[in-house]
Amino acid sequence: MQVREVSLSMLRPLLRHAFAKPIIFTLCTVPFFYLVWGALNDGLGANPAEYLIRATGNWTLRFLCITLAITPLRVVGAIPELLRLRRMLGLFVYFYVVIHLLCYSWLDMGFEWSDIATDIAKRPFILVGFTAFVLLTPLAATSFNQAIRWLGAKRWQLLHRAVYGVAVLAILHFYWMRAGKSNFAEVIMYGAILAALLLWRVWNKRFARH
Amino acid sequence: MQRNQFSIGHASGFIHPVSSDITRQAVYQQRRDLLKRIAAGVAGTSMATWASREALAQAKKPSPLTGQPSKVSGASTMEKVTSYKDATTYNNYYEFGTEKSYPALQAHTLVTKPWSVEIDGLVKKPGRLDIEDLLKYSPMEERIYRMRCVEGWSMVIPWVGYSLSEIIKRVEPLGNAKYVEFTTLADPKTMPGVRSSVLDWPYVEGLRMDEAMHPLTLMAFGMYGEVLPNQNGAPLRLVVPWKYGFKSAKSIVKIRFLEKEPVNSWGRSAPQEYGFYSNVNPLVDHPRWSQATERRIGEDGLLTKKRKTLMFNGYEAQVASMYTGMDLKKFY
Repeated sequence: MQVREVSLSMLRPLLRHAFAKPIIFTLCTVPFFYLVWGALNDGLGANPAEYLIRATGNWTLRFLCITLAITPLRVVGAIPELLRLRRMLGLFVYFYVVIHLLCYSWLDMGFEWSDIATDIAKRPFILVGFTAFVLLTPLAATSFNQAIRWLGAKRWQLLHRAVYGVAVLAILHFYWMRAGKSNFAEVIMYGAILAALLLWRVWNKRFARH
Repeated sequence: MQRNQFSIGHASGFIHPVSSDITRQAVYQQRRDLLKRIAAGVAGTSMATWASREALAQAKKPSPLTGQPSKVSGASTMEKVTSYKDATTYNNYYEFGTEKSYPALQAHTLVTKPWSVEIDGLVKKPGRLDIEDLLKYSPMEERIYRMRCVEGWSMVIPWVGYSLSEIIKRVEPLGNAKYVEFTTLADPKTMPGVRSSVLDWPYVEGLRMDEAMHPLTLMAFGMYGEVLPNQNGAPLRLVVPWKYGFKSAKSIVKIRFLEKEPVNSWGRSAPQEYGFYSNVNPLVDHPRWSQATERRIGEDGLLTKKRKTLMFNGYEAQVASMYTGMDLKKFY
């Protein structure tokens, strides 16, 4: 009797479908529209500003985990089609961090630029988060095909390795934010996920032969 | 005439409201009825489970507890009172979890009867005070205080209780008692948060003797004309309106009189962030955020600029003299 092996590669035809990308794109916007709906309908609790700032930060971190999981999943699960999603997911990281920054500057700081500058300079936790955002910006800016040609594949790849630094800074930012209340459960969870994804890369580079 | 009505308040720098403005009982009642109906299953099972938990937290429906408008200077701000819903669903009460929505969902397990408070340390009359007796120690007053959380948000809450000094006078502290320490309940059976290691339990807070004896320092038994809901620190809690909210210990089980300054829980957990005094002070920042402004819950819109935080939370006229000559940046 033939045993049909269940494997991740069974996803391949699904991911090749013409609708795969638009559907995943739509799913990625669900948190955004949920927050907009909540903000307009008094659905974010007693302190909607705090809710928005925290939720957009959380979603940035989640999309960062998802984006960095693409390559390990692609290699381990033998699903080359996943590569087609990586750029889009990476841009969603940037989308959510921009909203996160916008919420902070608008809802928390009222667009007082001098206050924001002071805040960034004075508070390591804000500085680290802001640095992560700054590091991510050239990555988002060079995400189109022409940019790869301009830079050359090697340099482009080198530049985009900055995302590992962004991951470390993002966790540090989250850790610092929670440190005062020593509430680390979620920090540890995201930290562990990102550490595993980064360690896999180190391991893969050193030991795996493709 | 309008001015006359408020003249007492003006004399002290604050304006007293008419007590009927504070409690809108009908509004609270409507909300609870709605929750019960949802819990009954109108909105489907998952929604019902959620709503019934909320209804449960409210189930031991607080009974009325009213007080006369307080005559203490500064004890009745005229500012708009925060909605009962916000004041009872947005709480920091880590014994019931670190999310602000958790206490309202989980605090129904707290048993507030029987309850007694142990009096210990440097006093002539140590012993146990039953809650029934404590409720009768002094006439109940209604006091409308601003409440400023160290996290940068604030509320306006109508408390019911009397000055802590009424209790202190009865137990007669000895001459060398310089500080008062408050220990709160830490029961792992009824308080799920106590099983986590966020803080060293039980939660401990403290005041200097003159702060504890200050007429504005309130021992609260109720709010919004009712007995305190569990998530707000039933059956009795401290309210020190010129200090950050975490100084106002909830569900107190022990009051101890000491010669040396006690170490409070947040001071122990993060000494560089939370000091013993923790007076509201817009000039002394928290290491991770500014304390210059605050967001008034339920009132300031999402895009409204945050309001300026006042020195001693607006109680400067009443309390500043206790700190003359002190470097408030050092003793934060």
